Formats: sequence, C-alpha cells, structure tokens
Amino acid sequence: MNATINTQRFSRRALLKGGALTVGFTLIGLHKGAFAQGAAAARVLDNKEVDAFLAVNGDGIVTVYCGKVDLGQGLRIAIPQIAAEELGIDVDKINYVEGDTALTPNQGRTSGSNGIQRGGMQIRQAAATARKALIELAAKRLNIAPDDLIAAGGEVRPKAGGAGIRFASLIGSRRFDLKLDPKAPLKDPASYTIVGKPLRRPDVAAKSFGTATFVHDFSVPNMQHARVIRPPAIGATLTSVDEKSIEKFPGVKVVRIKDFLAVVGADEWSTERAARTLRAQWSDWSGLPAQDRLADTMRTEPGSTQQSLVSKGKPVAPPPPNAKKLAASYFWPMQSHGSIGPSCAVADVRADAATIWTASQGMHDNQVTYARFLGLPKDKVRLIYLEGSGCFGMNGHEDAAADAAILSRAVGRPVRVQWSRADEHGWDPKGPPQLLDIAGVVGADGQIHDWRTDMWIPQTTKGLLNIPLLGPQAAGLDNIVGLNTGLISQNGDPPYAADHMQVVVHWLKEAPLRPAPLRSPGKPANCFAVESFTDELAAAAGIDPIEFRLRGLKNPRGIELIKRLAVLMKWQTRSSPGAGTNAAVARGRGMSYVHYKHSETFVAMGMEVAVERASGKIKVERVACAHDCGQIINPDGVRAQVEGSILQTISRVLLEEVKFDRSRVSSVDWSSYPILRFSDVPKLDIDLVDRPTEPPLGAGEAACAAVGAALANAVYDATGVRLRTVPFTPERVKAELNSKAS
Amino acid sequence: MPKYKLRVNGIVRTVDSSDADKPLLYVLRGLGLTATKFGCGLGQCGACTVLVDGTAVQSCQTTVAHAQGKAITTLEGLGSAAKPHPIQTAFIDEQVPQCGYCTSGMIMSAAALLSKKKKPSESDIRAALDVNLCRCGTHVRAVRAVMAASGQRG
Repeated sequence: MNATINTQRFSRRALLKGGALTVGFTLIGLHKGAFAQGAAAARVLDNKEVDAFLAVNGDGIVTVYCGKVDLGQGLRIAIPQIAAEELGIDVDKINYVEGDTALTPNQGRTSGSNGIQRGGMQIRQAAATARKALIELAAKRLNIAPDDLIAAGGEVRPKAGGAGIRFASLIGSRRFDLKLDPKAPLKDPASYTIVGKPLRRPDVAAKSFGTATFVHDFSVPNMQHARVIRPPAIGATLTSVDEKSIEKFPGVKVVRIKDFLAVVGADEWSTERAARTLRAQWSDWSGLPAQDRLADTMRTEPGSTQQSLVSKGKPVAPPPPNAKKLAASYFWPMQSHGSIGPSCAVADVRADAATIWTASQGMHDNQVTYARFLGLPKDKVRLIYLEGSGCFGMNGHEDAAADAAILSRAVGRPVRVQWSRADEHGWDPKGPPQLLDIAGVVGADGQIHDWRTDMWIPQTTKGLLNIPLLGPQAAGLDNIVGLNTGLISQNGDPPYAADHMQVVVHWLKEAPLRPAPLRSPGKPANCFAVESFTDELAAAAGIDPIEFRLRGLKNPRGIELIKRLAVLMKWQTRSSPGAGTNAAVARGRGMSYVHYKHSETFVAMGMEVAVERASGKIKVERVACAHDCGQIINPDGVRAQVEGSILQTISRVLLEEVKFDRSRVSSVDWSSYPILRFSDVPKLDIDLVDRPTEPPLGAGEAACAAVGAALANAVYDATGVRLRTVPFTPERVKAELNSKAS
Repeated sequence: MPKYKLRVNGIVRTVDSSDADKPLLYVLRGLGLTATKFGCGLGQCGACTVLVDGTAVQSCQTTVAHAQGKAITTLEGLGSAAKPHPIQTAFIDEQVPQCGYCTSGMIMSAAALLSKKKKPSESDIRAALDVNLCRCGTHVRAVRAVMAASGQRG
C-alpha cells in the first residue's frame, strides 16, 4: 500500500478561516479538497448521525472521521479497514481524520482498549447504514430491487452483472442525513476481503524517516517556549520569586499566577537555562505517607468504605477432610506511565477562543475541562490531536496542555510547554498502589471450596471527566476535585468454579500520589494476585497448574486457549515446584489465564524463567501467549499490541516502583526508575485466535493482566519461592530465596 | 554571538550560540531537524541519538562546541522515502514503531553498529540498542529488523 502521512503547519490565518484541517492521515496521499470544504462549522458532530463519521466526497474518496486517536496502536489502519469493508470501497480510497473536537464526533476517551470494540463498531454501524442508503439510492435510479444490488469497489451494481453507479455519483459531497441504524445489516464476515488482513500502519514510514510531526515538533508562528517550575514539595506554595535571577537571559520572562510559576521566551534553550537558574522560595510541605509502611497505611486507613463486589454460593461446612486452607497477601506499587518523551503541548488562547494541540487520549473530555478553567464556552475551545510519546493512560499530556493554555492566555501569544524528565517522572499521575489479601480452601481433588479476595484501592470519584490538573490547581483556577484511577476493581475473582466466592473492596478515600489510569488499570495487580493464588492452591493440592485450571473452567473459549498454550509451551504435566529448585541458576515455567473483565478478551500466558541464586536476578527467557480477542481486524496490529503489552508489563513487574519521601517523588530519572532494556527482552511466541463471527474485543491491554502471575508462578516453579510483592527486584528475590533457605 | 560550523547531513551549517555548552540536540531541532527527540537530557534514554563522525552519541550530552567541525548525521540524513537506508526499509517492513518516539534513536544506534559490523549477532544488536529505551515494547521487532537490514534472518 502506498501510505503516506501528511502534515502541514497550522497558520493563524487558516485558524481564522474557520478551521481547515491541520493534520490528517490519508491512505492515498493528500486530499486537500476534503479538508478545504470541511469548514469546521459545517461538520455534523452528533455521534448518532452517519454524517458525523463518514463523508463521500465528490471525487469518490470517503473521509472517515474518528473521535478515537491513534497512539501507535494502529487505529489509523484498523478503523479504515472496518469502514472500507462495511461500505464496499477499497481501503486506499479512505481518507482518515482523527481526534479534532471541531471535526470528529465524541466517541469517548481512547482508553480501556475500546478503540475497535466500541469506537470501531460505531463506525462499522455508520458504514453499514450508509451502504444501505447508497443501495436504496441506486435501486431507485436503476429500478432494481435493493436485494439485487451490491456495494463494492466504491459503487453499487447489480448482483447479476451490468453497470453500477459510483458512490460519488449517488451522494458525492452531500449529507446522508441519517441516524445510525442499529438494524442496518452488517456484512457476512465470510465475505470479508479487507478486515482480517495485516495491512501496514500508515504512520510507520514517516516515523522511520523522521518526517512524522509529534506534538513536540509542532510549532505555530509567533510561538513562545515555556518551562513550568514545579515546587520542590508536592503541596508547597510559592513564597517569593527573584525575577532578577534570570536577567542574563534576555527575552525570557517570568510568569507567576499564585503558585503557578513559569518562564517564557522565544528561544527554547535560553528558556530552559532560565528555568534552571530562576530562584524561587517555596513553603515546606511533607504530607506524604512513609513509603516503607504504605501497605499498612492502606490497610488501616480510617474512613475507608467496604463494598461487596462478588458474593456467590455458600461455604462448604465443614470443609472436606484433606482440604487445605491458604491465605496470602499481594502488593502492587505505584508506577509511572514512563513515557520516553516528557509531555508537551502547544496552545493558542485568545480572548474569545482557544486552540490546543495535544497528544492526550481524551480530546472531548479535555475540551470541557479546559473550557471551564479558561472561562470559555466549550465550542470555542478546539482540541487537535497530535501524536506524542506513548502515554498508556493519562501521563502528563493533560497537564502540559493545561500549562500551555494558562501561559498562552497570560502572554497573549501561542505557547509551547515542554516538560523535563524530572517533571514527567515526578509529576505524571501515577498508577495507584493496590493491596490484596486472598484466602481460600482447596480440596485434594482441586475443587475450590472457598475463595475470598479483599482489596484495598483508592476509589474513583464518580463522573470525573478528567484528573485534577496541576496548572489550574496552582494558579487557583476552576479545577476538577477527586480521584480518577480507571476501573481498577475488576478481575478480583478467579474465572474458576468455587463453592463459595467473595470479593470485597475496601475503598480508600485518598491516594498517596495523584492517581490516573495506567494501561489495563488495576487488572495487572488483581490478576497477579488471583492467578498467583490459584497457582498456590494448585500447588497445595499437588496438581499441575494447567490441569487445575481446566478442572475449574467452563468457558469453552478459555479452555481452548489454555490447551493451545500448553501446545505452544510443550507443557509437561506435573505439579510445581519442579526439581532443581536449589540450582545456582534455577529454571522453571509458569502460566496464568485471564478472561479480561470476565467479559472481554481471553489470554493464556506461559513463561520460562531462569533465576540466578547468587544475585537474585530473574531472566525471563521465553513468553508464550495464546490470545483470543474475537474477530481480528488487523492481525499484525493485534500482534504488535500483544507484544507491547507483554514487554511493558514484564518491565513493570521486574523493575518499576515509584519512590517517594515525605515531600516528593524521588525516582525522577531512568536510573532511579529503570525500565526494561533490549538485553532483558525475552523470546515471544504469540498464538492469535481469530474468531471472525464473534464481536471484536480490545487487544491493547488484556495481555498485560496475565504477565505478573505467569512470571511469579514460573519463579515459584523454578525456586519454590512465592513472590507476592512487585517489583521482583534482585534484592527482593535474593532476600526471599535466603529466607526460604534459612 | 559566537558562531559554530557543523556539517549536518552533508551540508555545512553555521549556527549562532551565546552558550558553547548548548546541547547539539537543541541545535539540530532548531534547524528544523526534529526527528531527533528530547527524552531525558541526561544521556539515559537514547531518544536523541545521532551520529557524530560515524559514532552513535546522545546529542543531549554533546555540546555545540564539541560538535564544531564534525560530521553529524540525523535520521533525516540517513535516508528518505526516495532513498531509504536498509534499516529504515527493515523498520517499515517489520512494522517496528508504535508511538515512534524512540524510533529515530534506535535506528541511529543500529546504523552505527552496521557501519562497524556488517553481520552482527542478535546479542550484538541488543548490546548496541541497550541505550535506547522503548516504552511500547517494540524491542523484538527492532532486533528482527536490524537482522533483516544486515541480510540475516532474525
């Protein structure tokens, strides 16, 4: 495919002309026509309307408008594949526009692995509705019954053969004026020619040639560079600023709004140096809990509320003879999104309107949030998506864009804000800490008689569109109040049969550091605990881990997946641990199984590890993953997501924990917050199960959830030691090995 | 203002800088060569890797004064859609980048390796790219691409 990316710089004049599109991805090269016609005011944005998603242009090109954004996960090809397939047009005749509040409908935040599952399915329905309408239009013109017509290759033609009518001739440049029809017939997957193909992602070439425009690379005329100076302690207030301290940097000026402090200048390097030089006095603050007692603090936090999430069956009393009773506690620390590029944004805020270029996953939610603190009507604030460094939830993008908006308004010019490495590691909102206790009773036959999970996690405040933002908070502007963690309480119960099952959540009112969703929110920790404990029960019953799970599992897709994993792993049936747990380098294998949210993607994962006894270092040598996300739109895209989910989560499990003292985050670079490097990357074997007649499910994060337990269970198989606290650093592993030996 | 002469992607560029310690990264991006990315400013992540006289270096840790008179190659200078470097072709064929922020640095590290060793082993490649952090988890594909670019099956 001849895929190109086109980007053009956005001029003020273009902005004033009413919003010609700045950045578009097209699978066929530049189609200025579509953009030039599409004055923002003329766009239909109601997500119940076909016209919000699709426009057939006069030249036969179809523009697809997607409210979800491509963060590197491949929506930019997968969504056009869905639309082209359902409409009956070649994918290279699709022009694609994403993430622009003036042009694309609100399809919700690009999160929760919902891009295809929800966003793509809306667009599929829009395309199906459009196809039905096009066929009806052609039926009238040709005087042939709709059932005897087919839409294919960009035209509607008689099934029996003969001349068709091009889409452009049927509706070109006019609106459909149709609501999405949930009953519009969908194509039979057996007839698919585009969906299911590993088409290339259109942005990859530009990223490989260095011609892609990231938000970090974007500029507008008259733009100023800015650095925001965050306080040395999280809750500190600004006492005084010595503006004279940066006199030697001509053209750089200080902006102070209450506790919001920044320097702004024309030259980026001078501005950076000024930020480092500026002298400011801040109040003392030390309100953080002690890190080494965090788990205890969570368990005993006053004011937490209990909620029963699952309560099924009843206890078997008394437990059968030979039944074993186990209990264990698991902890997952706070983690950073760890974006390789610190957050960045550009904003142009005027008296009556604002434009913000951002890499955030939540364009439409942000529009509401930013309009509120800027005091502008929502429709006067336009957010335009530009790619950033992968954020995997809500990193500093939302904050950086708010910083830029505040500063642009303050200086009356467009402003680009670039965060530093220490800003990103220190101030990105964190994946929250999670504490889980699990108790269970297992029979000698592997029957789970009783299971209870208690989890201690911060509670998301209902109805939050965003997270509380640093800039508005410091500047005393209207801000969001509350916590936003994402859906972190799911998968606290195993998918296996149990006589009695309970999951109780203890909702915490506070989080030590500002939380935000981090890829696969909560599930990596919950499944780490649940699938580790399942392994503990299997070991206690002396049953092979796969055999144990298959005995308790009813879902046929899950059963098939675990069996496929066993083949992929050349699994040898035996209970854990294996022989040789005292070897200098102990080797073992482990596995886990996850049915994501109990309603979405299925994942079975196996790992082979080597544990070096002297150092405590774990080497993951091989990961095998069987993955069923229903209908696959683009298999290479799914594969890339599964690979990424596995490697990123291995990094989180082996290495990652945000460190903090009583005042601030202290792990503010890559040496104090290390992530996985090339030399530690295992071999990956991935088996994708395609189910074309099932609904497509998310592939962007389910595999993350299976990683922790597969790894911990492999370490147990190798060494006989259970690792229940993440990360599995060499120091921690060594201590566990030593305590077992002694 | 002091002037510095650098040879960037084969073209001699004269840049002004009042600060002899201005990092090469800011010089290059100021010239519109934005493929080279700011990642940490500490030499820890490899996002800003460029070639200086053929050697991979972190441009955030290289000053303009040090770069004076040297030949600098950035991703834009390595190849283009019209005339791609074999590593760029392989990165596209293997569909390596996801977010793509670290891609430039990875490709430059790999280019330095291949200029010194025509048929590197997988462990040579991993060692050469160890400086390049990637959050998306594209490592396996990147190694395969560099193997392919050197005419080997990964």
